[in-house]
Amino acid sequence: MNKIRKQRLFNVFLIICVSSLGVFFILKALNSNLDYFYTPSEVLIANIPQDKRIKIGGMVKKDSVDRNGTKVIFKITDFENTIEVHYEGVIPDLFKEGSGVVAYGKIRDKTLIAENIFAKHDENYMPPNIEISSG
Amino acid sequence: MLKKLYHQFASPKTYVVLVDKIYPIIFYTSLITYVFALIWGLAFAPSDYMQGNSYRIIYMHVPASFLSESLYIAMAIAAAIFLIWKVKLAAYIIKAIAPIGALVAFLALVSGSIWGIPTWGTWWQWDARVTSTLILFIMYLGLISLHSSFTNYEKADKFISVLVLIGSVNIPIIKKSVDWWNTLHQPASITLTDKPSIDPSMLYPLFLSMLGFSGLIICLVILSSKVQIFNREGNKTWVKYHV
Repeated sequence: MNKIRKQRLFNVFLIICVSSLGVFFILKALNSNLDYFYTPSEVLIANIPQDKRIKIGGMVKKDSVDRNGTKVIFKITDFENTIEVHYEGVIPDLFKEGSGVVAYGKIRDKTLIAENIFAKHDENYMPPNIEISSG
Repeated sequence: MLKKLYHQFASPKTYVVLVDKIYPIIFYTSLITYVFALIWGLAFAPSDYMQGNSYRIIYMHVPASFLSESLYIAMAIAAAIFLIWKVKLAAYIIKAIAPIGALVAFLALVSGSIWGIPTWGTWWQWDARVTSTLILFIMYLGLISLHSSFTNYEKADKFISVLVLIGSVNIPIIKKSVDWWNTLHQPASITLTDKPSIDPSMLYPLFLSMLGFSGLIICLVILSSKVQIFNREGNKTWVKYHV
C-alpha cells in the first residue's frame, strides 16, 4: 500500500473513531432518558411529580390480577419491589400473569393510574405442547 | 497478477458482465427458497405458545430488519473502498444500495408495527430499538437526497462516503439497543454466542426465509447498480455496445 492510500486508510479510521466517540458521549449524557420505562424499584427511589406521566415496566405479579368488567387491578414487579396498577380499558391479548408488561400513566399514592397497557413478550418462541411438557 | 485481477474486478465493465451471468441463478434459487420458507413458516411451522399465529410475521420482519442493517454495513465497506482506493464502482454501489436499504428498513418498520398491534397492543412506541431503526430509515433517505443535490458527481461521491462512514455508528446501536436500555422490543432470539431461543421447528424456516429474502434483495441491488453504472458511464463505448 502506498503512502497516500495509507493516509486515506488512516482518515477512514479517524472518521469512524471520532463519530463513535461523539455518539458515545451523547448517549452517555442521555443515558437513562433513553430507557423506555422505569422499573418499580426506580420509581420508588426517584421522586416523580404527581402530574408527570411515566411508564413502568416489569412482570405481572402472579395471583395479583383482579379483573372486574373492563377494570383491572394488578401489580408490576421487578422481583424486588412492586407497584400496584389501576386500569380501565382494552388490555392486549398477551397480558398474562408472570409475563412482561408496560403501564403508562400517573402515580398517585404509590399506585399507577394507567391510561395505557402494553404487553412485552420475551425472546422465546416455541410450540404450545413443548411449553406444557417443560413447565 | 493479483493487482491485475483486482483492477479488473473493480472495472464496471467486468462487474456488469459477471453479474449478468450470475443474476438468473441468484434470482431463481432465492425466489424458490423464499417461497418455500414462507409456505413452511406460514402453513407448516407450529404456532407459538404465547403469540399464537401472529408470530408468523417473523418470516418477513426478521429478514427485512436483518437486511436493513446488512445493507448499511455493505455501504460502509464500499465507502471505505471508495475513499481509500478511489474505486468508482464502489461509489456507484453506495448510490445503488441506498434506495434498496430505505425500502427494507421501511418494510422492517411496517411489519414491526403490524406485529405490534396484536402483541404489544400498540403499533408505535418510541423505544430505543424502534427509534434507532427509524433513524436508519431516515439516514437512507437523507443519503439519497443529498447525493442528488450535488451537481458534481465526484464531490457527491466523496461527501456521501464520509457521511455513510459517520452514520455507521448507528448499526451497533440498533443491534445493542435492546440490551443497553429498557425497551418494549424483546432481546435478540438468535445470537452468535448462545443457543437460539426459537424452537428448531420455527427456526429452520426462519433461516431459509432470511437466505431467500437476502438473495432477492441482492438481485434488486444488482439491478439498481447497473442503472447507476449505465447512468454514470453512459458515454463510454462498452456501455453503448452492452445496451
